[in-house]
Amino acid sequence: MERADPRSRRDAYGSRINRTHSPLLAYAVPWATILFASVLPLFPIASAAPIVPPVGLMTLLAWRLVRPGLLPVWAGFPLGMFSDLFSGQPFGSDILLWSLAMIVIEAIETRFPWRSFVQDWLIAVGIVACSILAAACLSGASLGPPLFAALVPQVLLSLMLYPIIARMVSTLDRFRLLRVRILG
Amino acid sequence: MAPPSSRRSSYSRRAQYGVFTGYVIAGVGALIGAILLALSLWRPASFNGPRTVAQDAVAPAAEASAEVRAESQNLIEAIRGYLRAGSQNAELKQEVELARIRLAEAEAIKRENARLKALLGLEQEETKPVAVARLIGSSSASARRFAYLGAGSADGVKAGMPVRSPRGVVGRVLEVGRHSSRVLLLTDSQSVLPVRLSDSNVVAYAEGRGDSMLRIRLINLGINPLEKGDIFVTSGAGGYYRPGTAVAIVAEKTEDGALARIISDPAATDYVAVEEIWQPQAIRAAETPVEQSVADADGT
Repeated sequence: MERADPRSRRDAYGSRINRTHSPLLAYAVPWATILFASVLPLFPIASAAPIVPPVGLMTLLAWRLVRPGLLPVWAGFPLGMFSDLFSGQPFGSDILLWSLAMIVIEAIETRFPWRSFVQDWLIAVGIVACSILAAACLSGASLGPPLFAALVPQVLLSLMLYPIIARMVSTLDRFRLLRVRILG
Repeated sequence: MAPPSSRRSSYSRRAQYGVFTGYVIAGVGALIGAILLALSLWRPASFNGPRTVAQDAVAPAAEASAEVRAESQNLIEAIRGYLRAGSQNAELKQEVELARIRLAEAEAIKRENARLKALLGLEQEETKPVAVARLIGSSSASARRFAYLGAGSADGVKAGMPVRSPRGVVGRVLEVGRHSSRVLLLTDSQSVLPVRLSDSNVVAYAEGRGDSMLRIRLINLGINPLEKGDIFVTSGAGGYYRPGTAVAIVAEKTEDGALARIISDPAATDYVAVEEIWQPQAIRAAETPVEQSVADADGT
């Protein structure tokens, strides 16, 4: 059989002989990537204006929308708590906003179970825009038109970044289910 | 395929309870978040402990990325330099001519200065920075403007100390970890800095707007004497910052002052110096309640 088709004993996740999915990989990858993404905005630039999109939240949304059923509804609580340590926001703001985001997606999903990518994109961008705005209001900064004007580039960057993150998440989802050799 | 969450969770009681518990935990999580948020808005220093520990943990990685960032900036600068070499050369030659003349003038002023100081019996004390470190990152996704510094209490950094780059003021240390600390940048909307015009006695407050600009508010209202290109320096009022450090350059005149760009943009700075608080006594005096004398507060 192999001679006729060398890929006959393989599927999308690798060879099936003596190999199976690793539970560690399957469950750890989404959580680990979201944690990593929430530290990420710290590194690239020490800027004088907020410009980097909230990559942690966007990765959470992407996992939730690209792979529904994998993250529990309450995932926003622990992940938001971790993100709060690095975001520069007052502690608790990401716990609140990320939890609300997860609940909102759940509500949208019961209403519109069948969605295309464009709808997912709109949902993600809507949630990110609302959370950037809410985070600015809850950050303890003194609010004024210039502060809100400074948020616009951040929202636009998030808009453009979501498809890229969603594509990365779908690649990571394939990596998550990679078959690894069984020991023993 | 319909997403798994929108499928009915069967007639199994166990499965139904599982779904219900998920919702309850999510709701309780959001509630806890709201309570923690209210607590940290009420007392901003409540969660400094875990935050500084977390910051210390990622400091080495951030340090490495800061190095790469500075290197790549240099590389881009170098390439840009090659592209503009010819015209720049001519410009620079002209500038050097001018600079030579200015240097001679400055030399004369320096001598005069020394003579006058000797006359007054003033001793110019050399101030050594507490620590020199890299700005290793910033809260670039948040509306608040904080930067993280690769030096902490182990290097002698304390909360309140001013942070400056070779170009000018960057901000003030807000909380200190063991090997890293958090800096409130000038552009944060909670940052207010007393400044004066570099070449006259016009005093003002420089307030952050949250969008990389500063709002200059003049203390004496009247005819607005500011012009585009005016440079503001620290006035020393308040006691935190040493007077005469460059802060901002006026970009646009407004009714009660001006909009100004910061001179020391944190994105362009590599190494920064943490300095001692200029007048610690003044700050202690300001923090002491009126009923209590400053001498008493010092004694305790």
